[in-house]
Amino acid sequence: MTDAADEHRITVTVNGEPHAVEVEPRLLLVHLLREGLRLTGTHIGCDTTNCGACTVLYDGTPVKSCTMLAVQADGHEITTVEGLGSLSELDPVQEGFTIEHGLQCGFCTPGMMLTAKALITNNPNPSEEDVRWGLSGNLCRCTGYQNIVKAVLWAAAKQHGHVAETNGQGTTVSGRT
Amino acid sequence: MYPPRLRYVAPKSLDEAFAVMAEYGDDAKVLAGGQSLVPMLKLRFASPAVLVDINGLSDLAYHRAESDGSLRIGALCRHVDLERSALLPGRYPTMAAAAPQVADPIVRNRGTVVGSLCHADPQGDWASVLLALNGQVVVAGKDGRRTISVADFVVGPFQNSLAAGEIAVEASVPAAKGTPYGSYLKLERRVGDFATVGVAVAIETSGLQISRAGIALTGVGPNTIQAIEAEQALIGQALEPDVIARAAGLAAGAARPRSDHRGSAEYKRHVVETFVRRALSSYRLAVPA
Repeated sequence: MTDAADEHRITVTVNGEPHAVEVEPRLLLVHLLREGLRLTGTHIGCDTTNCGACTVLYDGTPVKSCTMLAVQADGHEITTVEGLGSLSELDPVQEGFTIEHGLQCGFCTPGMMLTAKALITNNPNPSEEDVRWGLSGNLCRCTGYQNIVKAVLWAAAKQHGHVAETNGQGTTVSGRT
Repeated sequence: MYPPRLRYVAPKSLDEAFAVMAEYGDDAKVLAGGQSLVPMLKLRFASPAVLVDINGLSDLAYHRAESDGSLRIGALCRHVDLERSALLPGRYPTMAAAAPQVADPIVRNRGTVVGSLCHADPQGDWASVLLALNGQVVVAGKDGRRTISVADFVVGPFQNSLAAGEIAVEASVPAAKGTPYGSYLKLERRVGDFATVGVAVAIETSGLQISRAGIALTGVGPNTIQAIEAEQALIGQALEPDVIARAAGLAAGAARPRSDHRGSAEYKRHVVETFVRRALSSYRLAVPA
């Protein structure tokens, strides 16, 4: 059985702000974020490591927060959708999702945007193929992928100051072979 | 879903980890990438007394080619490290082909090659790849180290041959003696799903003759399957259509697929044959001058 000695005192920086919290080892990172810190922008989708709705950035790298323990975040930096931008100053990714209508129900959107943020930071000028490949771990049940891809290409262009290549009808689908 | 109640230790050194492992024996579980282990905990398929988190042991985060041509992969080498590695293409073609096909991009950011071998899921990709390449696993404990062939390490579905208290610290691929060619072909319903069928092919050639062949199958039996007869049918042969067809047929014969929601047994066997033929037919052997 767990006793008090099994609680771990951790310090985790979330969206730039350090938090010192006591966690039971079995607490998942997503539960610390949502229930401990009340940051409910991180969604729980499948809870089985399939859907990517719970994606957050762990030291800048996308991870599924339902598949990590909170205690593993000790000494690390987490970015959730709340830390991506603000209402007065949207991140280029958030702006892209707005302009290109990159969401329908919105449930997958926080995870999509954080994966997209890491993607365009590592690859400033992604092709449509790069975006589709890079987002392949984030599922959209509305199947609104076309506009999500457009939104990410728009964001890459905005963030890096170049213009996304579109054909006027949005980007062209090219299937992966 | 919550994991069961457990203790958590994050050792600062392997020796510290061995001490905890020795104390808890079979009740300890090593946490590396956690991309299989955490879901297993949540589903209560695993309920260890303690997790030994080795993520702080940054000495294990490596992959490197040794001067003898072998490839060594530390226990904290993540799938993404191999996916992005400039070391693999050309020299280790089967590894290079498999790395981008494991799970999905987010899982590849955390999951490890060695952890995947330890998990020993018959639908896991790395066991087939390492089996086809005659790979090995280095395991260590407080009493020392031993090296086990992947064939002897992955002993059954979700079973490895680690003794209580041991930690798998490295996987390795021996140097190719000939010119290496290789593929990992995977059929999946969508990115991130387990393989309906996966086929790892690794051959080496000397001139136009095949000097070594490895073929292993993912997801078409209770275990990862090494298609030994298909391998033997290639040794000493040139990559002629009849040789390829024979090897492909023998590999399909080695498969033990079951019909399920991913496809019928007959279909999966057919895909094995197609993949082996497709892989072997894709190699353009360098003609000796």
